Amino acid sequence: MQAGTGHDRWKTLTAWLDERLALDSIREYVTHKKVPVHSGTIWYTFGGITLFLFGIQVITGILLLVYYRPTPQDAFESVQFIMTRVSFGWLIRSIHSWSANLMILSAFIHMFSVVFLHAYRRPREFVWFSGIALLGISLAFGFSGYLLPWNTISFFATKVGTEIPATIPWLGPVLTRYLRGGSSVGGATLTRFFGFHVALLPGLMTLFLLLHLALIQKFAISTPPWVEEQSRLRNTKAPEIPFFPDFLLRELMAWYGVLAVLGVLAALFPWALGVKANAFAPAPAGIRPEWYFLAPFYTLKLIPGHVLHLEGEFVGLVGFGVLALAWIFLPLWAVNRSGSLRKKLVVGAGVTLLAYLSTFSLLGYWR
Amino acid sequence: MTQDPAEPRRTLIGWLLGSGFVISLGSFIYPVIRFLNPPPVSEAAVNEVVAGKVEDLSPNSGKIVRFGDNPVLLIRVSQTEWRALSAVCTHLSCIVQYQPEQTRIWCACHNGVYNLQGQVVAGPPPRPLKLYAVHIRENEVVITQT
Repeated sequence: MQAGTGHDRWKTLTAWLDERLALDSIREYVTHKKVPVHSGTIWYTFGGITLFLFGIQVITGILLLVYYRPTPQDAFESVQFIMTRVSFGWLIRSIHSWSANLMILSAFIHMFSVVFLHAYRRPREFVWFSGIALLGISLAFGFSGYLLPWNTISFFATKVGTEIPATIPWLGPVLTRYLRGGSSVGGATLTRFFGFHVALLPGLMTLFLLLHLALIQKFAISTPPWVEEQSRLRNTKAPEIPFFPDFLLRELMAWYGVLAVLGVLAALFPWALGVKANAFAPAPAGIRPEWYFLAPFYTLKLIPGHVLHLEGEFVGLVGFGVLALAWIFLPLWAVNRSGSLRKKLVVGAGVTLLAYLSTFSLLGYWR
Repeated sequence: MTQDPAEPRRTLIGWLLGSGFVISLGSFIYPVIRFLNPPPVSEAAVNEVVAGKVEDLSPNSGKIVRFGDNPVLLIRVSQTEWRALSAVCTHLSCIVQYQPEQTRIWCACHNGVYNLQGQVVAGPPPRPLKLYAVHIRENEVVITQT
């Protein structure tokens, strides 16, 4: 009798909530959402993993904000204070740094899996465009966050990084000055980067993330062309599993796995702080950007000072610009005039880019 | 009706997964709560402070002096008489000021009034102001803990 009463109360409560929060329609929607099942289903988890790591970034970032002070006098000392005096401060900061790197790695894996599974096809072009925007914002997060501890490595990496656009005629010097908040990297750059990192970029990220997720909800998760082809030949529906609870539970297990890896990395290899930046000290040996900027960094190193009367760096920048534009507009050139997919061309481009990024990143790291 | 033989196992796994999830959630929340708790910052122990030259303060006037992390109200009562008191009102920690016209110490926040001995004369302050000792050393005004 007692159990029955409890059950009745629970039903009354859920009915009360259903009426006010429209939970019925959400439940209905979630139970009808399906995820395709095939040999490449595992790659679908990387979008969720990137989102999960972004969530960790938001939480640990807010926690770090409690103690961080964005001035050249205090920034380094405040991070030092977090790492040495605040309970679990070293862990929170280490998780923030490791998670940032894992998030960008996961975003790259997600992007390449979209390319190789041909998930950018009609009508999902804007899912791809918003995803590329999210990757760009993530890289900007990495670049702006790198300076915040105000240590020697980050100071000089920012000096070099903000100098690169200066080679663009007309616009370059203005852009560099805009990024630095003055003619050189200093206190104005730090407060500017801090503003970008904690206000501007999170705002943009939220906007594009909502767009990206809404479009995925609208058009559902893409089924690869060969799976579609097989089911067409067999005259059956492509195999799929319910998003809730089947796929969500798989995703949750993946998140727990990532969390375990993150915990081990953050605890066993705590992110070092280095030496406080000094604008009047010579740059130490081994200055290099974060790993995800190593490939363009190494490429620029290889380009000679002048190419056909043009500055080498400018030529490099134009090259990167053309390459980036071609990559952004991939869904548009991946289909020919008759509407069929240029599979070989897309896979070839994907493999080439992957090979270039991994080889040049490794060379940039070791040389 | 016979019970599904897998049912108890399913219930046990459900409990193990559920409690594992709750415990892991606790292990995430605990460091966050500890992180937000501000660590004690050791204050530099200050026993005496030089408040300036004797001639810097005219008779029947006062000024706020830094004593370590605490503000102290230094009053030159007359040519030879000096007084130093904690400048933190005992009511709600506003900083008090010396009013030369009434020769009293006044807190503007809630109209608390103290006399020059730091005793509460009027208003809501519950306790007197803490007194410091004042010495003149080679024409310098030195405030020390009593």
